[in-house]
Amino acid sequence: MIIQDLLSEVAAVFTSLATAVPALALYVGIILLFFVVWSFVRRMLTPKSDYTSLKTVTFGDESTVVSNTAASIISVVFIFALWGAFTGSKLMPGFLHVPGPFVGEGEFTYTLEAEDGSQDEATVTVLVHEAGSAPDLPEIEEGDGAAKNDVIAVQSYRSKLLLWDGNDEITREEGAKIVAIDGGPIGRGVAASTAVGRVALTDKGTLNIQPDTGMQMESIWLPSPESVWEKLVTISRDGYQNVTLAEHLSYSLFRVIVGFLLGAAVGIPLGYAMGLSDWFRGWFDPIVEFMRPVPPLALIPLVIIWAGIGEQGKIILLFLAALWIMAIGARSGVSGVKISKIHAAYSLGASKTQIMRHVIIPNSLPEIFTAARVAMGVCWGTVVAAELVAAEKGIGKMIVAASKFQDTDIVIMGIVLIGIIGFGIDVLMRMMEKTLVPWKGKG
Amino acid sequence: MSSGLQIDNISMRFDLPNGGSVQALKDVSLDLKAGELMSVLGPSGCGKTTLLNIVAGFLAPTGGKIVLNGHDVQGPDAERGMVFQQGALFEWMSVRDNVRFGPDMKGMAKSESSQIVDHLLDVVGLQDFKEKMVYELSGGMQQRVALARCLANEPDVILMDEPLGALDALTREKMQSLVLKLWKETGKTIILITHSVEEALLLGERLLVMAPRPGRIHKEYRLPFADLGVGQDLREVKKHPEFGERREEILGMIWDMEEEIMGRSEGADA
Ligand SMILES: Nc1ncnc2c1ncn2[C@@H]1O[C@H](COP(=O)(O)OP(=O)(O)O)[C@@H](O)[C@H]1O
Ligand SMILES: [Mg+2]
Repeated sequence: MIIQDLLSEVAAVFTSLATAVPALALYVGIILLFFVVWSFVRRMLTPKSDYTSLKTVTFGDESTVVSNTAASIISVVFIFALWGAFTGSKLMPGFLHVPGPFVGEGEFTYTLEAEDGSQDEATVTVLVHEAGSAPDLPEIEEGDGAAKNDVIAVQSYRSKLLLWDGNDEITREEGAKIVAIDGGPIGRGVAASTAVGRVALTDKGTLNIQPDTGMQMESIWLPSPESVWEKLVTISRDGYQNVTLAEHLSYSLFRVIVGFLLGAAVGIPLGYAMGLSDWFRGWFDPIVEFMRPVPPLALIPLVIIWAGIGEQGKIILLFLAALWIMAIGARSGVSGVKISKIHAAYSLGASKTQIMRHVIIPNSLPEIFTAARVAMGVCWGTVVAAELVAAEKGIGKMIVAASKFQDTDIVIMGIVLIGIIGFGIDVLMRMMEKTLVPWKGKG
Repeated sequence: MSSGLQIDNISMRFDLPNGGSVQALKDVSLDLKAGELMSVLGPSGCGKTTLLNIVAGFLAPTGGKIVLNGHDVQGPDAERGMVFQQGALFEWMSVRDNVRFGPDMKGMAKSESSQIVDHLLDVVGLQDFKEKMVYELSGGMQQRVALARCLANEPDVILMDEPLGALDALTREKMQSLVLKLWKETGKTIILITHSVEEALLLGERLLVMAPRPGRIHKEYRLPFADLGVGQDLREVKKHPEFGERREEILGMIWDMEEEIMGRSEGADA
């Protein structure tokens, strides 16, 4: 039963993945295209003769595979270009945009047939307008014959039913029906494509007009880069729902820092105790080894039950997220000390306290920094997720609130900010590591 | 009170997790006078490191005792300095702080320890590298730091476990001269383990050949080369006729022991 359900889910996933295959293949093709172009450009530039470029064996030589800066730059620019092209960004020249939605006035004709077999043609004028700006319908000529011309306004990306017989001399009830669109024959349940977009004859005989959406994304799905940027400017100035961006961000960062510091303050001594005493190691090993694989997010419900949705709960959660990581880091930092260093220190007359302070602690610092980097990353991810679940302020709260109002630009801005801050934290930790424990990996 | 180091009937048996045991040393006795330089040779696994660890106080022997200057050795102490093969320097400290470690632990005033450090770095030729971190130094330089760090503490006995084992041939030769020079200048009692017969001949007033299973003293030599080598080109010492003779003799001896070990383990496999 479960297996069947799962299998059908898997099948559904694969079918939808299959639709993405051409796009992926195209993307890979573009990557290779840029590669060829860049290789050509590089050959044009002055050739380098440093060690790496003089190597003849490069395939399989791991040291020759360093990140290519040109590829990184092109990759990022390309992402923004795609983003702009598919959202009709004004930052880009129009010819780079993928076809946008049809906006403006267009026409198509329909052919009406009465019961007696007589036909007449009428023109439908369609005004496609953007969201939030319904235009006035223009006066049109009725035209002659049984079918009278119609006019209709449709919002782009929406569709609308046209009750074409509202003004015609014979109506559907009297047996009139549409037999052709733009001169091409059509039946019920069939669609024709016209200058305006897709026009379908419904089962009830009405016309469903769906203006051409083009390939661009509606801003509710994906806003353009500039509108995200504008949102960033306005939100950081005016705030979102009465809370400034700085406030959202400082709440999130505050929780991460406090939670992490508490986790480190308890976790490091715990790790030391575990690394230095077999009793403590035995006592805490089952607890630590059990808690480590529990994702902090799985603790959210329990933490909410125990501590509510206030600051306390979140800080407890982040404390727990950091605690095990720091404890394990400190533990392996202590147990990783080379016995010859300890022996040397004893032979130089050091006491236990001196060995702790001058050998064990400095020796464990690189591992602790590595753990701190991991812990900060985990805490940052956890705080955002916790705020999505329950919070009053915080960057996660901001995007979940924005998503409820379909403020997609704010959601995207928030995600980008979360990414940038997460990356910034990691860079900062790495810089600290470089300056504070330069001996890392040199022992 | 007698001065010098007595290794008195030391035995060492390790119990193994599988219930068996290894007799790493059996009834090893030695008497070193203060200021003697002794090198120790032997096939690997014959208990050299174990013996040194017992003298250093890192291991308690299962039989016998170590007496230094009239008192029993109970554990590690600053009177017995160690120089390890490599990687025993504190990489979070500069060269100077490594050398100053011993005096610092004793609570010696900085002004006083600075003098010691300066002097020793002069002796080992690293004055210009004082502020460098140890990981910025080559392997040979690091071993000089290790020597200086050990000497800064003024130990009575210096124990070296293959201190030059990881160095290239040229650096090794220079370091051998340095060891001889330090020995003569400081008058320390030194036990030096090596797996190079030449090194053992050059750096041993006394040379101890150990045999395995159980680890024991196989033969002891008294040699003139260490004295000859002080302040002299060691290549000249190696030309000494007795040097070649001894080398062949000892090589043969160790060769036989290795053969025997191989034969025995092959027999055990069969
Ligand atoms: N901690 C230990 N536990 C069990 N056996 C050991 C231990 N240390 C050394 N031994 C055994 O004692 C013998 C001597 O070892 P060691 O002193 O390291 O030899 P060497 O330094 O001469 O190569 C070897 O057979 C080794 O397997
Ligand atoms: Mg050994």
